[in-house]
Amino acid sequence: MTTAAHAESGGLFGWLNRSHTVAKPGFSRWLVPPAALCVHLCIGQVYAFSVFNLPMTKLIGITESAPDDWKLTQLGWIFSIAIVFLGLAAAFTGTWLDRVGPRRAMFTAALCFGGGFLVSALGVHLHQLWLIYLGYGVLGGCGLGLGYISPVKTLITWFPDRPGMATGMAIMGFGGGAMIASPLSVLLMEHFSSPTNVGVTGTFVTMGLIYMAFMMIGATIVRVPPQGWVPEGYVPPAEPKKLVTTAHVHVDEALKTPQFYLLWGVLCLNVTAGIGVLGQASAMIQEAFPGKITALAAAGFVGLLSLFNMIGRFFWASTSDYIGRRTTYMIFFALGMVLYAAVPWTGQTGSIVLFVAFYCVIMTMYGGGFATIPAYLRDVFGVRYVGAIHGRLLTAWSTAGVLGPVLVNYIREYQINNGVPKADAYSVTMYIMAGLLLVGFILNWLMTPVDEKHHMTEKELKASMEA
Amino acid sequence: MSDTTHHETVSGANKVKLVLAWTLVSVPLLWGVYNTIEKAAQLFK
Repeated sequence: MTTAAHAESGGLFGWLNRSHTVAKPGFSRWLVPPAALCVHLCIGQVYAFSVFNLPMTKLIGITESAPDDWKLTQLGWIFSIAIVFLGLAAAFTGTWLDRVGPRRAMFTAALCFGGGFLVSALGVHLHQLWLIYLGYGVLGGCGLGLGYISPVKTLITWFPDRPGMATGMAIMGFGGGAMIASPLSVLLMEHFSSPTNVGVTGTFVTMGLIYMAFMMIGATIVRVPPQGWVPEGYVPPAEPKKLVTTAHVHVDEALKTPQFYLLWGVLCLNVTAGIGVLGQASAMIQEAFPGKITALAAAGFVGLLSLFNMIGRFFWASTSDYIGRRTTYMIFFALGMVLYAAVPWTGQTGSIVLFVAFYCVIMTMYGGGFATIPAYLRDVFGVRYVGAIHGRLLTAWSTAGVLGPVLVNYIREYQINNGVPKADAYSVTMYIMAGLLLVGFILNWLMTPVDEKHHMTEKELKASMEA
Repeated sequence: MSDTTHHETVSGANKVKLVLAWTLVSVPLLWGVYNTIEKAAQLFK
């Protein structure tokens, strides 16, 4: 190959360029959701990271913790750092992603997320906790953020007729990732363990390589539609719904609109309520039904919640294509308020089935909140910068990731210290969560279309396309 | 925006890719769901 031809192809990594990802005739848009799922099924592993916590407290002692072994409190930071870097990476790489396209972003996410596992494996091998903070926390967290937002805009562009369903399908994968990672981690640790090793190093290396390869497959499959492409038979509605715009808002301009902050609050409050109870689900059901629920059954309950979290992502996001995003969130907040407030009552009646059923519906709406937000952003701010705007909005998730568990733990401890029986300790928490949802309901109710002064002009739009 | 374009006729090779891609993501997902349901069954025993 001549130098000129080499430069034309983009060199060794030329296949990552946006120009190489434009779909050719004969390509099916239904190949894009599995490409996105390849990434989201991997990065969803983060929700199952706690499965490593206990084994990592016995790296030296093997059968029980030795004095030099890491403490659970130290290990808890790994997840927190990863979630914080997820938010930061999503917020700061959105515009870069928009410029380079989904393939390069997915490729980078694969290197970061898989590489994070490999650096962490070294950290476990050398018993250096900072290497795990840096590996899984920082590097892996960046992979999480980049991987999470990378297919969103591409899916919305391929499915203008059903954007909620398309992004819901990908984000459903994030919910499902933990369901794969949890048993996979246990199996691998069993395989690599020996009388002198708990098997975490081998598990990290294997998972890092598997995830890297799986995400690379997604990067290889993904394509962007040619400019101006629309699905056959699709006719954009002559008169769009009130909150659905055909204009485009620049990502920096979006931050100057009240709509961005209203949606930030909507996502933050929906996630705070859900994440708060999700983290405490096992303890909650055991304390609400003392003597009736074993630790094993409680673990089953947590698994069931993950399943409904995943189902909700697809169900609610798809439903929102028909009933509208604003209405969907109205249902989340209104129904959520009723269910959160009624959970203590189900505990008092002693009905495990009712308690579980209420929680399962709550979890569908928690997942649905994540999955419906990209389509909501597309409706309000247009398609052009939806990926970058989504990235910035995900800082709401990082905030809620800290706020939710802290709120639930603090309120519970305060009540128990004041003599409230453990079985009743969560009642006030649930009422406070219902209150948060009321605030969310009001924020969502206040949503209006973005003022036209924030819309990009034809000239600006053309310039941004060329850039 | 340029003129609207359509090319919905999926080529044979892409049909094979479709089946492979969906199988690739469905198998691990179904395995995860099966494991979760099996574990959740403990709740009602």
